[in-house]
Amino acid sequence: MNAPAYRADPPEARYLVALDGVALIFHRPSGLTHILAPPAPQILEALAEGEAEPAALLERLRRDYDFGDSDDLEAALEARLAELETSGLVWRA
Amino acid sequence: MKHEFRVTVGPVGFRIGSDWKRPLDQLSALYADYPAPDIPDFTVRLFAQRPWRRFIRPSVMIGGDYMLPDAAPLSLAHGLLAAEMGMNLQMALGQRRYLLLHASAVERDGRALLMTGHSGAGKSTLSALLGERGWRFMGDEFALIDLDSGALHAFPRLVSLKNEAIAVMEGEVQSDRLGPLMRDTPKGDIRHLRPPKEAVARMREPAKPALLLFPRFGHAVDIRKVGEAEIFVRLTQASTNYVALGEAGFDALSSLVRTIPTRAVDYPDTESAVASVERLWAELAE
Repeated sequence: MNAPAYRADPPEARYLVALDGVALIFHRPSGLTHILAPPAPQILEALAEGEAEPAALLERLRRDYDFGDSDDLEAALEARLAELETSGLVWRA
Repeated sequence: MKHEFRVTVGPVGFRIGSDWKRPLDQLSALYADYPAPDIPDFTVRLFAQRPWRRFIRPSVMIGGDYMLPDAAPLSLAHGLLAAEMGMNLQMALGQRRYLLLHASAVERDGRALLMTGHSGAGKSTLSALLGERGWRFMGDEFALIDLDSGALHAFPRLVSLKNEAIAVMEGEVQSDRLGPLMRDTPKGDIRHLRPPKEAVARMREPAKPALLLFPRFGHAVDIRKVGEAEIFVRLTQASTNYVALGEAGFDALSSLVRTIPTRAVDYPDTESAVASVERLWAELAE
């Protein structure tokens, strides 16, 4: 069974302001303000290339970030995606 | 309505209609130095709960352009408080031209000190006290942030002194600047204070926000830095119209948070608070 693919609004749907270590995001389609800690803003940025399943998304993130040898990266990414889904910033394609 | 009074506070014009004359007489005495608007922005109505109750045990209901359906009536002796609450309510629910922060403000050299915190934190008393000690009083309840320029506009309405603050200010100002003492209102004892003449004469002059403090009364002296994300969250909680303003509000608030030096200040008494404010202003104000 394939893992679900996730999508996000294009970057122009978000107004992002960096505040000491977190990202303040105004989500234009909903009018809601979010405060996101890493890696959530980076996940949204990676989804700008288009929808992706967690494994493919992880590959995109690996291009820019060094994750070391940790095994549970995909599970951690899925947990962050679930949080972003709850906040309405990503959804299942 | 039977009786009407008009007043301009800062950039905002009010029309207050009332079933009774007395609260309006008290208002017009305390707002004697304020101009009347040609076209009011907001209307407040003070009306009898039932028609016959205008005469028998009169109860004042607060209404206007914007209403809270479950607002409890006040006794007529508290009519002045009802008018002030009505004006605040119109601002809180209806103001769209400025980002509204539930904060007090004073000015010096064109730069503003903003103070915000929970009810009882002392922001109102501190602003009133500083207004008698060389600062220009800009408001004890609402700070209006310009959505384009980020400038702070004054809203120097009557200062609503509560409980212990009444004695503090009775020792500081002439008695003719104080309104009637209203005991046992829903907010405790209340006495209104007329801001200094200069605060009213210069109420159209905006100022640049230069220092933000979160005062907290009743603790040993302590001064702490506050992270930007926490400042942002606290200010969204202190704003009555942040959500309604959408992206313009986000822009104004995030710009303010990124540029203004901020500290949390605990204080055991007002004199120590004034000393902390002066010291922080000298060190940090931009």
